[in-house]
Amino acid sequence: MKPFRIGRLVKERVNRVWMTLWTVIIILTPVIIGGFLLWKSSMLLEENSLMKLLGSSEWKPLSGKFGFSPFIISSLWVTFLALIIAGPICILSALHLTYYAPSFFMKIVQPAIDILAGIPSVIYGVWGVVVIVPFISGHLAPVFNAETSGYSILAGGLVLSVMIIPFILNILIEIFNTIPVELREATLSLGVSNWITIRSVLLRKAFPGIISAIGLGLSRAFGETIAVLMVVGNVTHVPEGVFQPGYPLTALIANNYGEMLSIPLYDSALMLAALILFAIVVLFNLASRLIIIRYENKYR
Amino acid sequence: MRISTGNIFRLRKTWWRFEETFFRSLMIFSSMVIVGVLLLIIFSIMKTGIPALSFEMLTQTPKGGFYFGKEGGILNAIVGSAYLAVGATGLALSIGLPVAIFMNTWLLKHKKTVNIIRFILDLLWGVPSIIYGAIGFMIMIMLGLKTSLLAGIIVVGMFILPIMIRAIDEALKTSPSGLTEASLSLGSTKSELGFKVLAKQCFPGIITAVLLSFGRAIGDAASVLFTTGFTDNIPTSLTQPTATLPLSIFFQLTSPIPEVKNRAYAAAVVLTIIILLTSILSRVFSNRYKKHSIKF
Repeated sequence: MKPFRIGRLVKERVNRVWMTLWTVIIILTPVIIGGFLLWKSSMLLEENSLMKLLGSSEWKPLSGKFGFSPFIISSLWVTFLALIIAGPICILSALHLTYYAPSFFMKIVQPAIDILAGIPSVIYGVWGVVVIVPFISGHLAPVFNAETSGYSILAGGLVLSVMIIPFILNILIEIFNTIPVELREATLSLGVSNWITIRSVLLRKAFPGIISAIGLGLSRAFGETIAVLMVVGNVTHVPEGVFQPGYPLTALIANNYGEMLSIPLYDSALMLAALILFAIVVLFNLASRLIIIRYENKYR
Repeated sequence: MRISTGNIFRLRKTWWRFEETFFRSLMIFSSMVIVGVLLLIIFSIMKTGIPALSFEMLTQTPKGGFYFGKEGGILNAIVGSAYLAVGATGLALSIGLPVAIFMNTWLLKHKKTVNIIRFILDLLWGVPSIIYGAIGFMIMIMLGLKTSLLAGIIVVGMFILPIMIRAIDEALKTSPSGLTEASLSLGSTKSELGFKVLAKQCFPGIITAVLLSFGRAIGDAASVLFTTGFTDNIPTSLTQPTATLPLSIFFQLTSPIPEVKNRAYAAAVVLTIIILLTSILSRVFSNRYKKHSIKF
């Protein structure tokens, strides 16, 4: 009996050691990613100041000019457009699903949300190319008297908005569900209607949660690559309207990988693009999640 | 008309009723939009892709002149994607399951530490896959490695790891604490508790986590863009480059030749069907294995 028991305890010890090791590595991963990107982009940062790189709109890798502003501004355009479209739809739908919809409706919508969340971004890209781009060039642009091929900021924003809907919606439903039922019952018992309760009590209570859900959606949209790349047009300039093509940061990285080794500092510039992307995504993620945690603790 | 208090109340009541109906219909409309968009996406993918889908496409690798619209199929991409996704999911499971179990057995008393780990995993989940791809590529250049299936498996595995751990963790979290207490009081070690009791109890949850990660792995294009390369052959070893479905769609869609474009649409149908099947499977499995778990 004894050797068997010792074996078990040894196994326990060994397991503990390597599991701790893995966990520590995973905890350190964000730091490793950030550090690696910073190290790789330091070559470019030594020669140019960060402000100059971010502010300049001149992108000529061959003559060593790396201005990131067209890419950052394109990314911002696409992301905010996506949020403006997806935000209200998500809030309204989340309210509907939590407070109004009968349970059978939820049973239909929940799988739909899950499937929407699971569809790969390249499929969204194909959908964008097949449906959204012709729709913009054929129907939407003539209404606004705009000349466009359809491959535009608007196309990117529309495709992105659909992609982040399931993401934001799931968080919002969770947020509305953490609001204590008593709050709603108390307000309803005063004789006001469902919507007035939502408008004047629940939405106020859920406000930080809503903001952080949208922040999470923002960071998701900012990092989306393939789908946006396929519909946004990829022209290096500072976009001035939604019907113009753009060139987001993620597309910049994805498009120029092949040639980056032949031009000096190019790889460093692309790593800086990745670093900017990483910093923005992590920042918004961090802030939003901290708000959510504080919000949830309040009601627990 | 004189404005009396009664009038104001009546006015306000009508206004509120109007508000209620107005916003209620807006909400219903939003929910409809979401379901409608999903149906529209699936419908348009199927509509453009199914006419181009053929038996040869699914069973042949690209022949000469394939990218100019000649014969061949996308078997290389289908098999490549399957290898890649299975490998990456396996890798993520073999790291993720122990870590998730570690969080729910050893660290049970350290609530704060576990919450910090969860927070960091959520953060990692938000990191765009292109960053994993870019870093993977950079490391491969530094080590002088060529694009290969193995590199793709590692990068994608790293990318889906946070999803895998969090999904398993969520499943383990719901296991009744009585179960943990009972098996510890019977003298089991923590690893026995984790691997023999909790893993069995939460088997449906683990299956769901695996399928969720598999779906992510097979669908992601940005992380394999630089790491797996692209080839017309089916890889026979881990060191060879491989084609993947998302990239096959992506490359063929940019072609000006209609036949090639149609093939991209057909490949999109294949990928969509794989994703839908994964989603359905995960529902079926998690329901089927639910009855084997102990209820309190």
